[in-house]
Amino acid sequence: MSDPIVEVKNLRKEFNGSVAIDDISFVVKRGEIVGLLGPNGAGKTTAIQVLLGLITATSGSARIFGLDINHHRVPILQRCNFSSAYVNLPHNLKVWENLAVFAGLYGVKDYRGKVAELEEMLEISHLNDKKTGKLSSGESTRVNLCKALLNNPELLLLDEPTASLDPDIADKVRKVVRRIQKEQNTTIIYTSHNMRDVQEVCDRVLFMYKGRIRTEGTPQEVMNQYHQDNLEDVFITIARGGAVAPEERL
Amino acid sequence: MSFTVIRALVLRYWFLYSRSTFRVLDLFYWPMMDLFVWGFLSMYLMRFQHGVPTYVTFLIGAIIFWNVLYRAQQAVTVSFLDDVWSRNLLNIFVAPVRPSDFIAATYLVGLIQCVIVVIVMTLSAHAYSFDLFKLGAALMPLFANLVFMGWSLGMMTMAMILRYGEMAEPLAWAVPYILQPISAVFYPIDVLPAWLQPLAYASPATYVFEGMRQILRGEPFDSKYLLLAVVLNVAYMGLAALIFRRMFNEARQQGLLSKFGT
Repeated sequence: MSDPIVEVKNLRKEFNGSVAIDDISFVVKRGEIVGLLGPNGAGKTTAIQVLLGLITATSGSARIFGLDINHHRVPILQRCNFSSAYVNLPHNLKVWENLAVFAGLYGVKDYRGKVAELEEMLEISHLNDKKTGKLSSGESTRVNLCKALLNNPELLLLDEPTASLDPDIADKVRKVVRRIQKEQNTTIIYTSHNMRDVQEVCDRVLFMYKGRIRTEGTPQEVMNQYHQDNLEDVFITIARGGAVAPEERL
Repeated sequence: MSFTVIRALVLRYWFLYSRSTFRVLDLFYWPMMDLFVWGFLSMYLMRFQHGVPTYVTFLIGAIIFWNVLYRAQQAVTVSFLDDVWSRNLLNIFVAPVRPSDFIAATYLVGLIQCVIVVIVMTLSAHAYSFDLFKLGAALMPLFANLVFMGWSLGMMTMAMILRYGEMAEPLAWAVPYILQPISAVFYPIDVLPAWLQPLAYASPATYVFEGMRQILRGEPFDSKYLLLAVVLNVAYMGLAALIFRRMFNEARQQGLLSKFGT
């Protein structure tokens, strides 16, 4: 872990006068898994969408690999990938067709070999000829993850990757995320409402509330700041307005 | 633009079409229905024009050419709508895809569809003793101008849908028909009332259809028609690109791209 992969500085995003992100700054270093946490409407998804170049910021900057996302969207996205529990691949194509198309979009060489390797790791080889729209949520999540790993991304953005998964599949997904990070030193930004996920997977967390980062640190540091035994209680404290760490209030 | 990316996007449309009988039928059904209706109408009109078969050639030529414009526009907008309906737009724009790659892929799909439609209609038009190749050397430039105009219209429609969402979707089908009455498709421009004629002169298709009729009447083709169509097409293509760029940027500012994906 050394060089910064993501550098966000004084980022602000307003939609028709309402503030979605309010002057946030953070750095994510190579190989880190950072959890972006917070209640609904905290600004996590907006922040991720700014990093993906889907939304332009009102002010401030987001640099990835040292490049500004607004001006270097394509070269940055070539080295990133994204998976969300709420964004599925086209339902009318078969799994292998979707993976072939996205391998093409990312310019993956020998995509058949790469797809086979990832499918084996994610235990989805048997789904190749199935239509994507017919997959269960667990299968769909793993196919999305497969797509997200096709280009060996240096930065992987995962938006609630374990939402609506049963504990067994959720555990498998967490293990895959950890394995990818370990083997490829991938930088991962991970949003989740499942605090167990976060405690197990993330090296560091950023808690957002009403568009601002309220606290950050390792899961243990954050729990200590709030005098809680687990992140779920920290989450509840922050979501109910106790946004300032108790230590800071003193 | 990236050839690899364009190829991958076209591959997606190939997968969609190769699987769906309805899509393939749709590609042939409407042009063939148009041809039958206008072909039989032309044969009927010929009864009143003994020895002067020009109505046949005008109308059948017009319907084939109209389908070129319509298909080019439709392929662009419907390919885009396919991505909207399957909630795939977000996946595409978080991949290293430039808007120009995306547009180029839809253009290519449009061109392929136009070529297929023209081949099928030209062969079928022989049943009405119509030979599209009578247009000679002008055929390809006239065809190309219609494809270009269809592409520009497609890009403008796509821009509107991107910015205004599903309420703008009907434009995908409406836009060509807004222009049809003023583009001299089935009748010469002087049939239009004087106040509409300036609008007709602003449509590149007008010059294509006027040029087509000129050739079918057996007169020498006036290259001025071609020149005017090209100049207008270049201008509209530039305008469409500017509008698309503006709408795409607005969609990014307002977070609309992500709404197409969830």
